[in-house]
Amino acid sequence: MAEIANPSVSIQNLSLNYGAVSVLQTLNLDIAEGEFIVLLGPSGCGKSTLLNCIAGLLDISKGRIFIKGKNVTWEEPKDRGIGMVFQSYALYPQMTVEKNLSFGLRVAGLPKDEIAKRIARAAEILQIEPLLQRKPSALSGGQRQRVAIGRALVRDVDVFLFDEPLSNLDAKLRSELRVEIKLLHRRLQNTMIYVTHDQIEAMTLADRIAVMKGGVIQQLDAPQTIYNRPVNRFVAGFLGSPAMNFIEGQLEAGDAAAFTADGVSIPLDRYEFDKDRGSAGKPCVFGIRPEHVAFGDAAKAMPFTAESAVEIVEPMGSDTLVWTKLGGRNFSFRVEAEKTLRTGDPIRIGFDPARASLFDTPSGNRL
Amino acid sequence: MSKSERPSRLFRNLNAKVASIPMILTALVVFVGGTAWTVLYSFTNSKLLPRLNFVGLDQYYRLWATPRWLISIENLLIYGVISLVFSLVIGFILAALLDQKIRFEDTFRTIFLYPFALSFIVTGLVWQWLLNPDFGIQGVIRKLGWTSFAFDPLYNSSIVIYGISIAALWQGTGLIMCLMLAGLRGIDEDIWKAARVDGIPMWKTYLFIIIPMMRPVFITTLVIIASGIVKVYDLVVAQTSGGPGIASEVPAKYVYDYMFFAQNLGQGFAASTMMLLSVMIVIVPWAYLEFGGRKRV
Amino acid sequence: MSDQAVSLSAPSGAGHADASGPSGPKPRHIFSRRNIFLYGTLIVAALYYLLPLYVMIVTSLKGMPEIRLGNIFSPPLEITFEPWVKAWSTACTGLNCDGLSRGFWNSVRITVPSVILSIAIASVNGYALANWRFKGADTFFIILIVGAFIPYQVMIYPIVIILREIGLYGSLSGLVVVHSIFGMPILTLLFRNYFTSMPEELFRAARVDGAGFWGIYLRIMLPMSLPIFVVAVILQVTGIWNDFLFGVVYTRPDTYPMTVQLNNIVNSVQGVKEYNVNMAATILTGLVPLVIYFISGRLFVRGIAAGAVKG
Repeated sequence: MAEIANPSVSIQNLSLNYGAVSVLQTLNLDIAEGEFIVLLGPSGCGKSTLLNCIAGLLDISKGRIFIKGKNVTWEEPKDRGIGMVFQSYALYPQMTVEKNLSFGLRVAGLPKDEIAKRIARAAEILQIEPLLQRKPSALSGGQRQRVAIGRALVRDVDVFLFDEPLSNLDAKLRSELRVEIKLLHRRLQNTMIYVTHDQIEAMTLADRIAVMKGGVIQQLDAPQTIYNRPVNRFVAGFLGSPAMNFIEGQLEAGDAAAFTADGVSIPLDRYEFDKDRGSAGKPCVFGIRPEHVAFGDAAKAMPFTAESAVEIVEPMGSDTLVWTKLGGRNFSFRVEAEKTLRTGDPIRIGFDPARASLFDTPSGNRL
Repeated sequence: MSKSERPSRLFRNLNAKVASIPMILTALVVFVGGTAWTVLYSFTNSKLLPRLNFVGLDQYYRLWATPRWLISIENLLIYGVISLVFSLVIGFILAALLDQKIRFEDTFRTIFLYPFALSFIVTGLVWQWLLNPDFGIQGVIRKLGWTSFAFDPLYNSSIVIYGISIAALWQGTGLIMCLMLAGLRGIDEDIWKAARVDGIPMWKTYLFIIIPMMRPVFITTLVIIASGIVKVYDLVVAQTSGGPGIASEVPAKYVYDYMFFAQNLGQGFAASTMMLLSVMIVIVPWAYLEFGGRKRV
Repeated sequence: MSDQAVSLSAPSGAGHADASGPSGPKPRHIFSRRNIFLYGTLIVAALYYLLPLYVMIVTSLKGMPEIRLGNIFSPPLEITFEPWVKAWSTACTGLNCDGLSRGFWNSVRITVPSVILSIAIASVNGYALANWRFKGADTFFIILIVGAFIPYQVMIYPIVIILREIGLYGSLSGLVVVHSIFGMPILTLLFRNYFTSMPEELFRAARVDGAGFWGIYLRIMLPMSLPIFVVAVILQVTGIWNDFLFGVVYTRPDTYPMTVQLNNIVNSVQGVKEYNVNMAATILTGLVPLVIYFISGRLFVRGIAAGAVKG
């Protein structure tokens, strides 16, 4: 991965411990100017903790944090040049929208006309002009979140921090605001760090995604790379819905490498091994995403084919998920919604092992 | 490198520390310091003024040889058992009755609780008047023709502490009822539905399901009642001033009288240390159960 | 066609169509045995609780001759307010014969500053404990809470010494300090729990906005916590007004609070007992907390529940 010359945010060897419990472990992360980074992971992985450390709301145990080349490790949140949007919006309930937006500026003692100018701009960008005199309790969830974004906007800062900003909204509003945040980023070109556990938000918004688990960044890369070439089994399983199929078996080395499991042998000559090819008999996990599995006539053209029978059919509307067995494991694939399949129907499936992922069983790392 | 200085540990959160000075002073100087001071001086023979003239456990030997102290302790035990049992039982029954989705619930609750707003002095004086043998309940019933009727707890040494307990229950059961009611309201509505579907009679549901579920409420209530019992003072002063004779003396009054009237500080300190000890016997196991078992979040 | 449905719900034996089975809402009897027991018990209990208040009021409105002859439960034949006037302005305690009014004003001068001071200190304490945890803060807090259970008698004398040292012994200000100290545990707990229950993100947002310790307290937290302040005021006014022990220990006769003066009037051994004046004085003393109780209603309940139950 290319080094970032002038990172907007740079985190160096950051650790955070609560007593003996280590929450973040020697984390390093460079974020380029104007980049949209998503911290993605299951709850408890440390992603929000990391964001709070960047904001200065939590004291770190070790390491340094730079924002715009300035060491802000010991700075107060207000002096770090950040704006933050919270999951629960965190609007001050007793103040009007306008007062909410201007609170930070008034605390900083900015002149009145400057405050007015900034609020007008933020209100225009977020289209909340009609709401300025209302109290937060009189706003809908989507409107509240816009005001919360506006509060970060008026601070006129370099870095925006979003802490699961859309989690409290219903599905429809969430997708609307997702688009708006993306447009906002395009318009402002600020650095944005966005924490979420929602992989769709991550995939759609991010320039790069940092997948986290147990206080460690597992993989930091562009969304497509993470999706197609997950570095370990955790990342592979965490991203993608429906989830990737996993078959446990072992490696048959030699010139014609293959993966075998429970009567299935998958040729791996088209598979791009990462670095070590592994030795014969090595236990490993073969993973393939449901949408990369072909079915029926299309399967015949694939380098690997197998015969099986339909076990369960789950219509999803846009397409249908079919469950069968492969290598003794439950195995799912997608077919068009029009296909009518019934339990017990014999079927032929196939896929290209080049699109698959192979993981070492003990370490879970990609082979 | 960084320009910003890492502030020294002492000055981080400085405002919060400055703001906490009253709390820290109270905790250390008054609560810890004051208690330690009293315990220390209870081993001295201080009379009018506190003096560090140690006499070992003399004050305690004398204390436990003083009839007035023994009566105080006996009274406290009787008063304590009555308060605990009756306020728990009455408080729970009233709460259970109020919990039957009755009409005028607020009115009833207001009536049961209003005595709690009154001071012990007011409570004591009212009940002194009600229990006045000439004009009070006894007098009224005698005037009705039952001339041998006797109900004069405040003037009868052997039952005076029960007379005081009546007033205490009148004042305090409302609070217990409120706590119990809050506990009952905290119980999942579905438990009642399940018991009804299973055909369990109401009293059995209370006895075997609801009360065990309310264990934490009972424990908290118990601690509140218990710590109130030890402090009982104003009520006795108002109702009987410890009389007739010394029949209704209580430890708190013993302490006060020895410190400020008898000019025998050492006795007062020893007696108050005994009070502290008895409270600790209740509080320490409770605090251990409440805070010791689980980690603070 | 509905036969089947009816026979299903009808008791066994009613095989044929039967229109007389249960239908519609179940009948309810207002005078069911359950209701008679329930309301009967509640009304008897309510009468028991109301009786002393009633007796206090009627006694205070009677003249002494009527009290000696009549019975305490009968309503006054001739209503007189003289006992009230006497209790307020001429009843004697020791050498002072200016009635309870002196104690009333002393109590006002004790209660008002005590309430303000104790709540100001405790709310800031609670806020610091909830949002600005510093090392050791929890230790002090635990000492404070445990201290709330220590019998006051243990700490009375050391406080006498402290007050004497700083020259406040016997003065109203001294008593104000004492009330602020002993109100601190419960109020701090109350405010700490309230501030802890407020969303943490609000506090973080204010920090990102650059507000400091006092800024967040005054501009964010205070405006949001009006209800808990009302609860605290109720708790403190009632508690301090009703206090007797601290009043009797830390004040002198001319600065006695109302409760102490009341006790001295009623339980004085000199002179003829004037029960009507005594009862009028008793009501007068109980009036302030009673009025607060009846006005505040549910908030009072919330206050004592919050004060009593640890969070």
